[in-house]
Amino acid sequence: MKPVFTRTATLKDCPTHYCAGCGHGIAHRLIAEAIDELDIRGRTIGIAPVGCAVLAYNYLDVDMIEVAHGRAPAVATGMKRTNPDKIIFSYQGDGDLAAIGTGEIIHAAHRGEQITVIFINNAVFGMTGGQMAPTTVLGQVTATTPQGRKPVGEGYPLQVSELLAILPGAIYVERCSVHNPAQVRKAKKAIKHAFELQLNGAQGLSLVEVLSPCPVYWRMTPVKAMEWIKKEMTKVFPLGRLKG
Amino acid sequence: MCGNEALAEAAIIAGLDAYFGYPITPQNEISAYMSKRMPEEGRVFLQSESELAAINMVFGASATGKRTMTTSSSPGISLMQEGISYLAGAELPAVVVNVMRGGPGLGNIAPSQGDYFQATRGGGHGDYRTIVFGPSSVQELVDCMPLAFDLADQYRMTVVVLADGILGQMMEPIVFERKPRRKLPPKDWALTGAKGREQNIVRSLWLGDRVLEEHNYKLQAKYEQVQKNEVLCEQYEVETAEIVVVAYGVAARMVRAAVDRAREQGIKVGWIRPITLWPFPTEQISKAADEFRIFLTVEMSNGQMVEDIKLAAAGKTPVLFFGRPGGGIPSVDEILERIRQLTIPAKR
Ligand SMILES: Cc1ncc(C[n+]2csc(CCOP(=O)(O)OP(=O)(O)O)c2C)c(N)n1
Ligand code: SF4
Ligand SMILES: [Mg+2]
Repeated sequence: MKPVFTRTATLKDCPTHYCAGCGHGIAHRLIAEAIDELDIRGRTIGIAPVGCAVLAYNYLDVDMIEVAHGRAPAVATGMKRTNPDKIIFSYQGDGDLAAIGTGEIIHAAHRGEQITVIFINNAVFGMTGGQMAPTTVLGQVTATTPQGRKPVGEGYPLQVSELLAILPGAIYVERCSVHNPAQVRKAKKAIKHAFELQLNGAQGLSLVEVLSPCPVYWRMTPVKAMEWIKKEMTKVFPLGRLKG
Repeated sequence: MCGNEALAEAAIIAGLDAYFGYPITPQNEISAYMSKRMPEEGRVFLQSESELAAINMVFGASATGKRTMTTSSSPGISLMQEGISYLAGAELPAVVVNVMRGGPGLGNIAPSQGDYFQATRGGGHGDYRTIVFGPSSVQELVDCMPLAFDLADQYRMTVVVLADGILGQMMEPIVFERKPRRKLPPKDWALTGAKGREQNIVRSLWLGDRVLEEHNYKLQAKYEQVQKNEVLCEQYEVETAEIVVVAYGVAARMVRAAVDRAREQGIKVGWIRPITLWPFPTEQISKAADEFRIFLTVEMSNGQMVEDIKLAAAGKTPVLFFGRPGGGIPSVDEILERIRQLTIPAKR
């Protein structure tokens, strides 16, 4: 029998630590596929965030570093400036990129660093127990918004990609999702495109935001979580190309 | 060429690949110099958006095997402590220059030695050390730069060069040494792209039963090697002295002058000058304390290094302190006066 779907080489053959229905695993696979299709494993350096994906290097078989919470874009800057021939990507959650690391991502984009950022928006801090993230939607119940997020006092969900897209140094910004196979394929295309831009020496930062389920802290089944992305999250975070 | 520019050139000669920094007085000459010289050499200069970013740029460049450094002054060094702790955990080499100014808080821009605790105790979270130099002349500042890079690479540690505003601004005749210094191990751990080999991982997270404990023992063993092999210290007339004045950095210059004058007046006094503040010359101090001698520590602070002197003297001899904090500089006259107070003329 001919296999029609197999593991891609850069994705390691090992058990996952992610919860059932988590989106991180899907995003990892898409990155691995993009790296293999572009044949850049030997020149790629990845940056793992602090968050549920802190162990991303256990799954992605490329040179990787794990860095302080939110600082990945600064670390990526240090790597790319000293190694312009390498392909540098950071993988960051919404707490990592949109809360503690806001300064680093804005300035990396502002300087037009030639790096690729994969931004996993799951509307909560997964790793620390499902607290409110800047991207938590209004009314969403989290460990620190027991009454649901209120705009007064807690603010509206932060649309970081829109914010970054207005910077001249950000050359490609697209928001994708993994809530159904068609969207997964689109996300894959976007991630590959972001890497390709860097590979071709495009003058600026490329970022792909991925709306990703956290069934555990959304208090939903994996299937319901996928539906919630489509019904609720995409209202606040519309899918599509914001720039480039 | 002032001290700040001299240390920058010394770093370039030592093979600095990339400099990252955020402006702060009194060390702005460094980034101005680097912004001109690094591109001339085809190397990287980048003005970061903060010290937090600067130290993380260093983290990234270092992880790929490059020689890299950042410089700042006290408030900026506080912001870098997170990154320095991660550098320690991930065992990455880095050089950090702190041209100290008065604190706490925004303090002032006058020279100070108020960051001794922060530098010699690690400074950030966790159980770690950094190698710390306390040079007292521009020549010594220039000489310690290549050594700092070598030690950083050899031990995969952060090396801190503690200077102050006076040293940074001072002009003295200097010579740049250009000879290679140490044979260093290959950086086979560096992230260079996993071409034809297994992936390299640079990390500071160690999960699992006792894994972090073991990692800390490994770091500790390395720190013990540094303590054993890398202490630098200068002494003067300690053998014949009844009083020993201990000082580092710019304060040691004042001490030297005060001791010379005291000796002219017939006072039996000598000095010890730690050059590495960590590893600390504990043995040298302890040996000097074996015979009854009064120790006087002179610092541009309210007394920080004096704690290490007391630890080294271990109660064998009295350890006294004179210092001025917040940008105050102990003058030669003031130090001389303190030395004279320690002599007991009546019984002689
Ligand atoms: C300086 C610092 N502050 C706080 C934390 C605790 N912490 C770890 S992960 C995290 C948030 C992670 O959320 P996110 O980036 O959205 O990743 P997710 O787990 O949701 O994928 C926090 C606050 C930390 N590790 N370091
Ligand atoms: S807590 Fe959420 S984000 Fe973290 S692994 Fe579980 S499902 Fe994924
Ligand atoms: Mg999250």
